[in-house]
Amino acid sequence: MALLTVKDLAVGYETGPVAEHIDFELNTGDFLCVVGENGSGKTTLMKTLLRLVDPLGGEILMGDGLRRNEIGYLPQQTAVQKDFPASVREVVMSGCEAGTGWRPFYNRDDRKTAERNMARMGISRFAGRCYRELSGGQQQRVLLARALCATERMLLLDEPVSGLDPRATQEMYDLIRGLNESGVTIIMISHDIEAAINYASHVLHVGKQIFFGTRDEYVRSRQGMEFLGQGVQISAQGIGTVGRGDAE
Amino acid sequence: MISQLIMYLQYPFVVYALIVGVLISICASLLGVTLVLKRFSFIGDGLSHVAFGAMAIASVFQLTNQMALSLPITAFSAVLLLRGGQNSRIRGDAALAMISVGALAFGYLIMNVFSTSTNLSGDVCTTLFGSTSILTLTSSDVVLCAVLSAAVIVLFVLMYHKIFAVTFDEDFARASGVRTDLYNLIIAVACAVVIVVAMNLVGALLISALVVFPALSAMRLFHSFKAVTICSAVISAFCALAGIVISILAGTPVGSTIVAIDAVVFGICYVYGRIREGK
Repeated sequence: MALLTVKDLAVGYETGPVAEHIDFELNTGDFLCVVGENGSGKTTLMKTLLRLVDPLGGEILMGDGLRRNEIGYLPQQTAVQKDFPASVREVVMSGCEAGTGWRPFYNRDDRKTAERNMARMGISRFAGRCYRELSGGQQQRVLLARALCATERMLLLDEPVSGLDPRATQEMYDLIRGLNESGVTIIMISHDIEAAINYASHVLHVGKQIFFGTRDEYVRSRQGMEFLGQGVQISAQGIGTVGRGDAE
Repeated sequence: MISQLIMYLQYPFVVYALIVGVLISICASLLGVTLVLKRFSFIGDGLSHVAFGAMAIASVFQLTNQMALSLPITAFSAVLLLRGGQNSRIRGDAALAMISVGALAFGYLIMNVFSTSTNLSGDVCTTLFGSTSILTLTSSDVVLCAVLSAAVIVLFVLMYHKIFAVTFDEDFARASGVRTDLYNLIIAVACAVVIVVAMNLVGALLISALVVFPALSAMRLFHSFKAVTICSAVISAFCALAGIVISILAGTPVGSTIVAIDAVVFGICYVYGRIREGK
């Protein structure tokens, strides 16, 4: 059975659905990129997958023994966090919180997990620094390390590179790709359609028309072409990446 | 002056006041860190007005233990307000303003119309500004205040990491399986307890000061959640102690003296923080 199966899902709030008839299926190790116009319901879909918002209809099925809280989450930054007094270690440790249950304090395993994930994201040297004093890219890596403390199976990334400079953006994508290659299933919302085509194995286009398929199918689809604008050029680039990927 | 102070410390009611004052201030400052960071600074103010209204009703019915009525009413309002604040900022904000002034007006109205007291304005002033009530606590009041404050402190220590997770990023915490609703509820009830208990110390109008000043002062000095929390508790305890001692020696009202010292300490921390940043 697939890791995550979504059937005829409708997402939205009390005021009505934002997006409807969403169907897709993900297997372990897939990299799904969710694209669509602003306000098309990408973030709402993500919150629904995380059960922060109840689905208005349809089903979300989890397979392969994936539990509800085994989905890590990299949210968009909130205003509260911009002036929050917290050290990097405190933020990363908080990812272990769900695993503690009624136990009030962290144990040695939790601390090890946090140290390991900080090392993995290259932020160990910032461990004692204040979170709000870091650069945008560094902050995102802290939040990614926190998400990894919560789970290693599936990560939902909401606009992971928004507000980052080109170099930090590239580093972030490399980190995400590295995680994906080490077996973490990724669902990423992105405005950056080129990156989506370059890194994703599958694309979900949310809007009036829902599209779901592999990256190559998307590049060739009418919707993909329209959304990509200069379709031919980018699809060539996209297919080029596939070629390289296959050769490896 | 020292000998005068030692003389005063012979009286049990002075010692009671010091113990209760310090405990309450520590509670208020611990919750204050969370409330300030969650952008809920005004919750303390709104709830204290609700508590004032409840006190007024209790005094009209001549209940001997006013807390028995004001505590559940305030706790109920706290849950409503904190929940409303989650869904939509504007609604929570407006609801707070409405409940806050509404309770104040009705409380005073009820006291004015039904009260049998000969010194009405004195009663109202005491409830609003605390005046000397901290020095007139009976030993059973002291025990109750001490037990409630100790319970809040123990709860805070046990839930410290959960409170951090819920404060820093509620969505993430909830998505990863932390029972955020439960912890928000506990925080709300703890707020209500602290506020009702703190009314004895500084009165209804000045409670917000105990909640926000120590947290804000600590945030000027430290940059990790743990350091801010501990520093805030220390500052708060120091201000309460200094405030009560000064008020006894100088004959000033207890509540406003404590708050004035809190404000001065904040000023010092602010300037110090600015200078350090400038370097």
